[in-house]
Amino acid sequence: MFTFRGKRVKAFEGDTLGSALYAAGQRVFSRSFKYHRPRGLLCCSGSCPNCMMTVDGVPNVRVCAEPVRAGASVEPQNVRGSLEHDLLAVTDKMGGPFTPVGFYYRTMIRPRRAWPLYEKFLRSVAGLGRIDPHAERSRRYDTEHRHADVLVVGGGPAGQEAAARHAAAGSHVVVVEEDPYREVTPGDFELVRGRALGIWEGGLVPVDGGNVLYRYRADRIVVATGAVEQPLVFPGNDLVGVMLPQAVHRLVEQWSIKPGERAVVVTTDENGREATASLRRAGVEVAGVYDLRRERIREIVGHGRKGVLRSVELDGRKIDCDLLVMSGGRQPAYSLLSQAGARIEYAPESALFVPTEIPEGVEAVGAVTGDGISAAAPAATYNGASGKGKCFVCVCEDVTDKDLKRAIAEGFDSIELAKRYTTVTMGPCQGRLCHVPSIRVYARENETDPGSIGTTTARPPWGPVTLGLLAGRPHEPAQRTSIHHRHKELGGHMMWTGTWRRPHSYGDVEAEVQAVHGAVGMIDVSTLGKLIVSGPDAAEFLERLYPNRFGDMKPGRIRYGVLNTDSGRIMDDGTIARLSEDTYYVTTTSTGAGAVVEWFEWWNAVWGYDVQISDVTGGLAAVNVAGPRARDLLGRVTDLDVSNEGVSYLDARQGQIAGVPCLVLRIGFVGELGYELHFPSPYGEYMWDTLLETGEDLGIRPFGLEPQRVLRLEKMHILVGQDTDSESNVIEANMAWIAKLDKDDFVGKWALEHVQARGMREQLVGFEMEDGRVPPEGGQVVIKERTPVGRITSARWSPELRKVIGMAWVPAELAHDGAEFFVTMNGGFDKAHVRLQPFFDPDGERLRS
Amino acid sequence: MSFLLTCPNCGPRDVNEFSCAGEVTVRPKSTPTLRQLSEYVYFRRNVAGVQREWWYHRFGCEVWFQAERDTRTNEVLSTEIVEPTGRAGTSGPQEAAIPDSPAV
Repeated sequence: MFTFRGKRVKAFEGDTLGSALYAAGQRVFSRSFKYHRPRGLLCCSGSCPNCMMTVDGVPNVRVCAEPVRAGASVEPQNVRGSLEHDLLAVTDKMGGPFTPVGFYYRTMIRPRRAWPLYEKFLRSVAGLGRIDPHAERSRRYDTEHRHADVLVVGGGPAGQEAAARHAAAGSHVVVVEEDPYREVTPGDFELVRGRALGIWEGGLVPVDGGNVLYRYRADRIVVATGAVEQPLVFPGNDLVGVMLPQAVHRLVEQWSIKPGERAVVVTTDENGREATASLRRAGVEVAGVYDLRRERIREIVGHGRKGVLRSVELDGRKIDCDLLVMSGGRQPAYSLLSQAGARIEYAPESALFVPTEIPEGVEAVGAVTGDGISAAAPAATYNGASGKGKCFVCVCEDVTDKDLKRAIAEGFDSIELAKRYTTVTMGPCQGRLCHVPSIRVYARENETDPGSIGTTTARPPWGPVTLGLLAGRPHEPAQRTSIHHRHKELGGHMMWTGTWRRPHSYGDVEAEVQAVHGAVGMIDVSTLGKLIVSGPDAAEFLERLYPNRFGDMKPGRIRYGVLNTDSGRIMDDGTIARLSEDTYYVTTTSTGAGAVVEWFEWWNAVWGYDVQISDVTGGLAAVNVAGPRARDLLGRVTDLDVSNEGVSYLDARQGQIAGVPCLVLRIGFVGELGYELHFPSPYGEYMWDTLLETGEDLGIRPFGLEPQRVLRLEKMHILVGQDTDSESNVIEANMAWIAKLDKDDFVGKWALEHVQARGMREQLVGFEMEDGRVPPEGGQVVIKERTPVGRITSARWSPELRKVIGMAWVPAELAHDGAEFFVTMNGGFDKAHVRLQPFFDPDGERLRS
Repeated sequence: MSFLLTCPNCGPRDVNEFSCAGEVTVRPKSTPTLRQLSEYVYFRRNVAGVQREWWYHRFGCEVWFQAERDTRTNEVLSTEIVEPTGRAGTSGPQEAAIPDSPAV
């Protein structure tokens, strides 16, 4: 039992939703894509688009092949109103002349101002099915990686035989079968129910298993996909009641449903005979069987009322019927082979498109090779001399023979162009039912044979697939520091920075900024990338990678470094501490650790220096303690001499802090006296708690990322990626001092020499706003003629300085103290003044204190 | 792209485990002219055929190696860890990677 438009429908075990609906008397299953014509069961095997409905909120489910499940809710789609009375069916009645192929390229363009109206309408009618944007996720998709020695696609007799053959040779064989009802005799192989979506390089065959995508890697692939029944092209060939033999076979033999009362069979091969036998068994009156191989019929016209077949006219003879079985022969389902690299050739004697030049590692067996398919050569169309009525070549996209003729007349004379222009073969059936018929029409119109027209490129997927399945399970990997939970307990507003979760602030940005300036603050900087570079060549290696010098550094000292590429662009920045003669501790930006390790290893694959590069980012936590009282705080928890002489600015010391082995780096990213403590991650919370408790009477306060950004901006310390982009170099980023161009070689040296030779074009400068409004980051820098000349990279209100400060890229001629420029603000312009020196503590007295 | 690549350490693996750093280029031996520098930094041969390129086993053993791949078919003819060409202290010929990583 399931519901269809809210009404209950009974079903038997083994039914599909489609067969149960048919048994319950439903004949119209959908409305067509463009003309909203009523459509009913056509192939009944999951190939065509005619039975697509929305099942439990999932659009475009082919109900003819979807096994019943109790309680399912089935709704028709692509209708305004009901299946029987679709308001948009008006496009069929009057749209004909107005909606020819390619109309969307030509009409609804003028007047331009009406486009929003057109667009709104077109958006509402385009596409098939609706997705409820508020729907809860009803299914969970997953991906499984699997391997098979031999993967057999298709579990029919030929596939089973091939599977047995390979299994007997000792291979692990997997058989993929897309028809849930096909009986596959168990053998020495694994059976997977699902649809092979394509064949990719490396023997990759993704199999749509419903909720799981199996990514099969196979050493050998056997394609046994069989053949697909082809329709005939005549006026009224899309009426409800016109079916392919397979549909009759399924309804009668599989579900014991009488498909109609009075039937006519028109066939070009043996399939018509078999269908006739099935019809008779089911007690259907067969009003006529016409074998077009013997009888010459030029005109077939289906007549119907409200889109449902009432009679058929064969060269003028009218026969009443409610079922018309048409068979245009079968064609090999060669798509997978074509994707694998096989060539598709036309065999004129059998009128089949067959695969040849099967690539290595791939086999084709059974009907897909053309074997055992009786020759059938239907005419391109059966609309007689008059050529009246809509003959559908493609039921998915509502493409008629007239559309193809029109496309040819407009110059789209190759079948590949026809595909793109008319969208024939691009609908949900993926060309199964329309590819060969469209080739036949092209051959006739061009007065040539189908072989000369050729086929279009077969591309995955072989069948429609839900995007959810391809996307897999939604993973959103997050990195959390070992102090993460403390931040949450303290009320930290967590935000994403790359894949890291970090506190934006703990609720009061200004107070946090002022705590650092006035007392002491602490911030979790465990997200910094941390590398240990050690070995006899460590100094030389780093000197070659960075523009700075490191060989002349004394152990226990720190330098700021900027990594460049050979094009002279800034890649990453951080601090480098020399721990001993041949050991350096390198920090990177918070998201840069992986890229920097990769970079270091890459260059060393060429240079071959004797160094070890170890990424210890996850192993070490880091806390920056900064502010005028930072020394007082640290003195309480360590025996280290933390006096200005004991640990001077840019000194690195190792010792115990609160009993934890620590590397203490005295650096000043936030502009006040500060110590960056690096220590084993497991002590994260302990260290955090100890510092907070110990510093309570000193006025300690944790601060988040946003206050840190204000503080660093006061010092004009750059953020790589925020103030620099993929075009920035250190010279123009106002850090020319860092590039020691007298060194023999370093990565980026030549490009920087060139920058220096050509002179500055633009420069990264500080600025302050004349009035107190904060300009948007990314906003334009304009000069008095109102020409944009640069851009704002950072801007903040500084509570310490009581003004709005920022950084911007400006032309070199504006890069002098006091220069004026304007910033776009809400359509107006605000004045700003260039500042080259840090806004706060320009001489670094507080840093060094 | 779904081909398999044989990591010199780990054996055949899905290409998604690797990152590709493009064709192997030759870093100038001494200070280049602007034209030579531009060619080295920006120009690629971009062949339709067999190309020697850098690969990194990012989700694996993190080794850099070179592969010979046919860009038309994605057939990988060989992979190998290359001997470093520029030992410490020398300023001899250096074949080096393309610096095109984004700033982070």
